[in-house]
Amino acid sequence: MSDTTVLYRKRVRTNRVALMCSMLAMLIGMSFLAWIMIVLLYKGFGALSLSLFTQSTPAPGSDGGLFNAILGSLMMVGVSTFIATPIGILAGVYLSEFGRKGWLAPTTRFINDILLSAPSIVIGVFIYAVYVAQVQHFSGWAGSMALALIAIPVVVRTTENMLNLVPGSLREAASALGAPRWKVVLHVVLRSARAGVLTGILLAIARVSGETAPLLFTALNNQFTSYDLNGPMANLPVVIFQFAMSPYENWNSLAWGGAILITFGVLCLNIVVRTMFRKKI
Amino acid sequence: MLPEPPRDRMRVQRLQDALFHQVTRFFAFSVLAILAAIIASLLYGAWPALQEFGAGFPFSAEWNPVADKFGGLISVYGTLSTSVIALVVAIPVSFGIAIFLTELCPPVLRGPLGIAVELLAAVPSIIYGMWGLFVFAPLFADYIQPVLSMTLGNLPFIGALFQGPKNGIGILSAGLILSVMVIPFIASVMRDVFEVVPGILKESAYGLGATTWEVVWNIVLPYTRVGVIGGVMLGLGRALGETMAVTFVIGNAHRISPSLYEAGNSIASTLANEFAEAASDLHVSSLIALGLILFFVTFVVLALSKILLMRLGRSEGEKT
Repeated sequence: MSDTTVLYRKRVRTNRVALMCSMLAMLIGMSFLAWIMIVLLYKGFGALSLSLFTQSTPAPGSDGGLFNAILGSLMMVGVSTFIATPIGILAGVYLSEFGRKGWLAPTTRFINDILLSAPSIVIGVFIYAVYVAQVQHFSGWAGSMALALIAIPVVVRTTENMLNLVPGSLREAASALGAPRWKVVLHVVLRSARAGVLTGILLAIARVSGETAPLLFTALNNQFTSYDLNGPMANLPVVIFQFAMSPYENWNSLAWGGAILITFGVLCLNIVVRTMFRKKI
Repeated sequence: MLPEPPRDRMRVQRLQDALFHQVTRFFAFSVLAILAAIIASLLYGAWPALQEFGAGFPFSAEWNPVADKFGGLISVYGTLSTSVIALVVAIPVSFGIAIFLTELCPPVLRGPLGIAVELLAAVPSIIYGMWGLFVFAPLFADYIQPVLSMTLGNLPFIGALFQGPKNGIGILSAGLILSVMVIPFIASVMRDVFEVVPGILKESAYGLGATTWEVVWNIVLPYTRVGVIGGVMLGLGRALGETMAVTFVIGNAHRISPSLYEAGNSIASTLANEFAEAASDLHVSSLIALGLILFFVTFVVLALSKILLMRLGRSEGEKT
């Protein structure tokens, strides 16, 4: 056997081993996803029932559901989306439409990308310091604000990306017809990127609805059903956290039920958004 | 006859345009204002603690709410050690996933598998926490920890890291669960930067007879080195600030020990556990000081990541 065949064999072997490792890595990643899904279904499926959606969180040992937590989560996520959407879209419009020159656009883009991955618990501390500590009580408003601060960077990022995909010729055509800049942006650019901007909002909702850390000391929790955003408010993530850590069996089972709701909700949103807008996000 | 004097209309439109420009500018500026407000309020809140304990705060291991003595070393150590473990495990796995998605995967599966990896990032962190505490930790304690103790535990120097109570919670489990959480972030950045390698470079290497692995190792990786490091930094930034998953499995004990099997505390888990119940003002202030340290470190790491990724993007622009 000559030297070249030995070398060749060695190279082929290295290649094969490396590629096997790569496939193994993919397999590991996928199996973790599958593992978590199976665990959720296995542990949480039994807790799914009608009363989960109709009754409030119970005392240890008695029956109940997660109605107040689901309601609180929906209200706070709703309010935060309501705050974050206009701010995020307008900031995104600035970055994409007026961001060609000056220092503000590149700086904002940079800072926004950092805020996108900033630790969410620090956002909670921030809202605690500027709002909760001032008004002296935990509240749904504080929770909504914390969530909005997490949602804003997501909306800014996707809005800018989506507006950048709108062809410049469309803007030029509108301007050539004599439309002022604001009309071009609002009626032509934003309208043609409508679906994409909506995607950003959906992604922000998906991101925000699983957040626990910033709610721990802003919205806190509430045992009872409350429609009052100005008081402590139950919400799914914090209830799951509390119930999962508790020694009571019925609380644990409710925690798994809540976990299944939140995970499949978030994952469905993500799947829909990502299959619709593959490549663009 | 003109329907309206055009000059007036022009003036109104110009005014509206300027107004619109300024409004959007204001909201873009508000993103910067949020950052400034976060930093300012953290500094303000942390001030009493920093004044009391001085610059030694991050390096003091004392954390005693009863005696009102606080230092950040235990939490800082917990945050850093879990993040380092997470990266050590996540980098090779993410690299493998990125190679698979860009070089090996049949094109039909590329989309769905890419989405599946991203879904791993979308699972809320509290779910990772529950899974980690109730499913992963018991298995880890029964099957993995004894094996690690018997093999790595006997090595000189690093052996002590793998000795200790085998109950499945502690620094090592927290790090491993963090690694699963940061894999999707690192892997998708790596995949994105691998995709910018010009086809002609890879084809030239294949034309010279290189194997797939040789192309990846000698062409793709050197070409995208900056971006890959950027991706790793992004993962690090994520790992540092991760709260809920760590809080579930790290054990929440305020001590430092040489063993990775022992329970500990990270900055984020300390905040999650103590902030709502902190009694004294100094305790609250010390917790905010921890938050400030965390924010500062993640800020620097994420900024570096962003700069590296931008550098890759720019050199890409120059070459084409």
